[in-house]
Parts: sequence; structure tokens; C-alpha cells
Amino acid sequence: MSSASEAGTAPAGGDVLLEVRHLVQEFVLRDYGRARGGVLQAVSDVSFELRAGETLGIVGETGSGKSTLARSVIQAPPPTRGEVVFEGKNLVGLSHRAMKPVRRHLQMVFQDPFTSLDPRWPVARIVAEPLAAYAVGSRAERQERVSSLLKLVGLDPVRYGRRHPRELSGGQAQRVAIARALVLEPKLILCDEPASSLDVLVQAQVLNLLERLRSELSLSYLFIAHDLALVKQVSDRVAVMYLGKLCEIGPVRDIYRQPLHPYTLALLASIPDPAPGARKHGTRSVISGELPSPLNPPSGCRFRTRCPRAQERCALQAPELRAVGAEGHLVACHFPLSDGAPAPGREPAAVRG
Amino acid sequence: MAGPLGQLGRRPGGTSVASSGARDAAGPGQQPGVPLLEVSDLRVRFRSRGETVHAVQGISYTVEPGRTLAIIGESGSGKTVSAYAVLGLLPRTAQVSGSIRFKGVEIVGLGERELREHRGRNVAMVFQNPERSLNPTMKVGNQITEAVRRHLPLGREQARERAIELLQTVRIPAAERRFHEYPHQLSGGMRQRVIIAIALACEPALLIADEATTALDVTTQAQIMDLLLDLQAQLGTALVMISHDLALAASYAEDIMVMYAGRVVEQACAEDLFASVRMPYTRALLDAVPRVDLEPHVLLPVVGGLPPDLSKVAPGCSFAPRCPEAQPDCQAAMPPLEEHETGHWWACWHPCTKEAPGELGE
Repeated sequence: MSSASEAGTAPAGGDVLLEVRHLVQEFVLRDYGRARGGVLQAVSDVSFELRAGETLGIVGETGSGKSTLARSVIQAPPPTRGEVVFEGKNLVGLSHRAMKPVRRHLQMVFQDPFTSLDPRWPVARIVAEPLAAYAVGSRAERQERVSSLLKLVGLDPVRYGRRHPRELSGGQAQRVAIARALVLEPKLILCDEPASSLDVLVQAQVLNLLERLRSELSLSYLFIAHDLALVKQVSDRVAVMYLGKLCEIGPVRDIYRQPLHPYTLALLASIPDPAPGARKHGTRSVISGELPSPLNPPSGCRFRTRCPRAQERCALQAPELRAVGAEGHLVACHFPLSDGAPAPGREPAAVRG
Repeated sequence: MAGPLGQLGRRPGGTSVASSGARDAAGPGQQPGVPLLEVSDLRVRFRSRGETVHAVQGISYTVEPGRTLAIIGESGSGKTVSAYAVLGLLPRTAQVSGSIRFKGVEIVGLGERELREHRGRNVAMVFQNPERSLNPTMKVGNQITEAVRRHLPLGREQARERAIELLQTVRIPAAERRFHEYPHQLSGGMRQRVIIAIALACEPALLIADEATTALDVTTQAQIMDLLLDLQAQLGTALVMISHDLALAASYAEDIMVMYAGRVVEQACAEDLFASVRMPYTRALLDAVPRVDLEPHVLLPVVGGLPPDLSKVAPGCSFAPRCPEAQPDCQAAMPPLEEHETGHWWACWHPCTKEAPGELGE
């Protein structure tokens, strides 16, 4: 089977920008009152690669460990075990001082712009802060850079530069957060649900902005979201996470056309079908049950307690990521859906009318 | 007419919307029987800092027993405010006019005591955020029991039994154990089930679900929506789901009403609406949602701008400044909401044609 370095190899594109190897993030919880402590296994042995100019989408439900994974990549906090290799340099174990020049190339955009922007600062100062922190340019040069960044994200610097976050709409505030992330000309942006708290029309504006910036500035994204359709919109490859483990990773077209993991199929089937009355035709195959506790994950395959295909072997042996089907398409399942189970059919015509 | 409570099955006719304004506020009330909920020319205004915000500007609709109506719109479109009006939950600062009749009884102008009787008995609501709707210091069982005893003349033991029964109805496994747990011990989906159990405690004839699944994961969302529709079929409850998600509405609701800036801009049964979207705003909402059948990296058709300031009343169509189909006359006069095709209402001077949906540029 594939070794970790092959796991999730990008099929084409530029050089490897980020390589995550056997990343483990665990948190020790103490007993608290009647709540039992233990080791919370947030991310368990995750490996993947991201090439320059590529967008890797990470999908999973609440508690799947996708946000923790992104935070482990930027070493906030550093992972328990494993390696995060960015441009050939392992970041795990670097001192704060050694990390600083690397961190300017790794920026984050968070879900809620209002909690990630300082409410007391005007927009221009928020966007200029990273420049000040890295002592880039003179004061005048910084102002110039801030103006051009605000224009780039579609905000008039004269009109919005002096406003405070509370005077902005959600979409405008997220544009400011994106400008702040871009101001140091990073190579990789980690987007953690960047459009999820926005209204539909504004969400589309922000997604389009991220796409435009990617091609204009040749950025790479690690794009985290729970919405499979949204992730498909922006990604070249997609990784599916469940309870701290990678279930499946591969090129976006293969994942959506021929999902191999039963969990991926369940996620796809749960998307509301815009065809009227879709539910009444009994097309849904929703997985039942609840996400098990990451303090005490199931033995073997972690999805087995909710999986309709689970066998005895699934409880005994944890499945490794292995190549099945199309090139670069890996799945961690003993009984993948390779035998022709189609993705839930979706007719575009039904929406287009 | 007999009360519609407990009436199973679906009636023809369904919900309908009348155009805003007093002209024809009576609406197209051709359906047989008394509708469960009849809202006509509802207007809600708020006064704040010397400004008057016109949150709801004359909406009319009816809900028949057992039907599902989806009210769709963005933040600030007035969908939640109009639902609060139906429950009588608006603050005193709100000025409500128009009429809301529930089983023929007028709700607007009722006192707090009568409203409390109306809520729970007639209408119940499931809110978006299950964390904030439950008391974190009370066991979930006691919270359900409290709701049961407030509205039904049951003893402590009977109410407890009813609460456990309700937990089973919303398919919470090991209901008797969960009865003694606190909200933080439950997952988001389980908490939302508890809230639905509380809402169902008095067998309301109408359940309003305000973004009830928005905070949940897709798999949980599907479970909760299926539960709501199953309960609806079982109990004959009418359901008004408030959402920003047209795809969700399409797959679960029978009737769809799209709101923009405090007004209804398009309304039809789900089949008709999706067969031919007429209002450019509805089109924009549909087109802006990423879909799994689209190719990756395809830019979404978007409309720019923001919804209008509801404290300023402009004469024309409120969507005109953002509308890709807008013509000069759109700014001049407000298009009335009219039934242009049987059962299909829209408020637009230049609707999308059936064949070619409007191309929306950036």
C-alpha cells in the first residue's frame, strides 16, 4: 500500500508547497466534575501534499478535526507528533523566532470576520498591521500598499479605510479579513469556512473574489468547509475527514463522480436536492446515529459504527489510505464503493428549468 | 367550520399570497374551508433613533392545515419578523398593522395573557440556535415537562410520561436516560430534537421553524428535516420553514414564498417556481448557490450591492438597484404582486422569460 509521502499526491501542478506527514494532534483533558478526562484525539495520522497554485478542499462535519488540522499546520498549537513541511522546511519544533519569517507566507481567513477583526481599529489599520509587524516599507509605502489591497478586494479605500468593523456588512468585513491575509504576499492561505456565515448572494461574491485572487496572485489555498458543493466550487482536490482521520482524498471530479468511501457518499446524499419534491421520492440515504466521542473513538475504522457496509474486519483493523480507481484517488476503507455504486444522481436540468 | 387540528392529509389549494396594499388585501381566498393561518397586509415598523424601519411592508399569505410553506430571503428581508408577528413575540416598540387570523381568530392586538395561550397551543417555534434556546442549567427532561404543564392540565407524573413520550417521538435513543441529562451533554442535532419535542409538547397546529437546520451539519440537517416532515405527516401539523436556502426549500416545502426588503416578490408551489423562476431576485438566489453538478472553478453569477436601507422608502422596485434586468421604469413605480399564471405570483415589471433565465453579470 502507499506510503505516507505518496498519500494524497497531487496529480499535476507546481512544486510541493506543503507536505503534512503523519500529523497527530491530541489534547489531554483532565477530569472535571463528573466529566471524565482522557486523551482527545482531534487529528490522527493525517498525511497529504499541497502543490503551488493548487486548492485542496477539506470537508467534514463538526468535530471531524478539520479546523484543528489547519491550526496544526500554522503551529498554533504545534502538533503532538508528525511533520509539517513547508517549502522543504519542517515547521514542527521551530522556535517562535525561527517560525516568524515562515508565518508571513502562511495566512488564515476565519469564518466570522467580526470576531477575527479588532473592533476598535479602523479598516486601514487592520490591513496595515501585518506590514508593521514585519517592518515592511515606510509608513507612506504601507499606506499605499493598504490602498491597493483594499481596491483589490473590491473596497474603496477612501470610503472604507476609516470605518470600523461594526460599520461594515458581513461581506465587507470578510473582504477586509482577506485583504489583511494578503498584505504580506503569502504563498498559502488557510481558509476556515470563509463564506459560511454570509448570505447567499454575498457568499457567492466572496467565493468569486477568492477564485479571482488565486489566479491573479498565484496563491494556494487549504480550503476548509462543511459544504461539499461549496468545496467543489473552489478546489482542485478534496480530502474528506471523519473523526480525525482522512477517509478519502483525490481529484475533485473523481471524488464527486465516483466517491469511494461510504461516508463521502452519505455526505453527498445529504445535500438538499434542488429538484422539487426530491425528498418525497425517497432518494435520500442519510446516515443515522451520532458522531462518536473523539475521547474514545471506535476501534478499527472510525466510521464503522455508522457505516451500512461495515463487516467484522472493520472493527479489528484500521484501514490505511490506498489507491483505488482513478490516479491520485485514495481511500481508507476495507470495502470501498468501487464496484460501480454511482453518486446520487443530480440533474442540472431540474434546477435550470 | 371545524377546527383543522388533527386533520390529516393534504388539501388542494395550499398557501397563497395576495398583493401588498389594501386594494386587494382580501387575496385570492378561493380555497375551500377556513385556512389555518391567514395573514393579510401585515406591516411591521420599528422606531429607532428617530428613524422608522419598515421591516415588513404589507405581506399576505395563508397556510392550510398540514401544508408546508417555505419563506425564503436574506438577512433583513423581514422573514423572521413576520414569523414573530404570527407568534405575538414582537417587542412593544414594534408597530404592527394588518391582520393575522389563526383559525379565524385575530391575533394582532391581543394581550400578553391571550398571546401566551395562543403560543404553544396553536403555534410553536423552533429557533436557529439550539444552544441559546435551551436553559443550560436545567435537565432537558424538566424543560420539556415545564412546557407540557404550562399548557396541559397534567400532574407531575403524567407530564413526565408525556415528556419521555415526546423524546421518543423525536427519535432520541435511550429517552429515559436522556431525560436526566443537561443540554451540554447532547450534540447539536440532539439539542435541536429536544427543542422540537418542546415545540410539539402541546400538539400545535402550526410549527414555525426559523432556520432550524442552518447551524447543523448536512447529515444532521437531513435527519432533522426528515424528522420534521415525518412528524408533520403523523400529527397533521402545518409547517412554515424560514430559510435562506432555496435548495432546502425546494426539496422539502410544497409552497415557496420569496421575500426581499420586507415584501413578497415571488410565490408559487415548489414545482411551478422551479419550473420557471420569474423574479430576477429568485433567479439570483438560485444561481449564487454552489452546486455539486457544476464544474470546479466556474465563477458563480453574482449580483453586487446590498439590500436597501429599510428606513428609507424609495418609490420603485426595491431590487432594481441590484437587478441585472432593471430598466428605467423599475425605479419609477413599485411592481405589484400579481397572479400572472395560475398559482404563480410575482412582483416584477420585467420578469425572466421561461426559456432563458436572466444572465447575471458581476
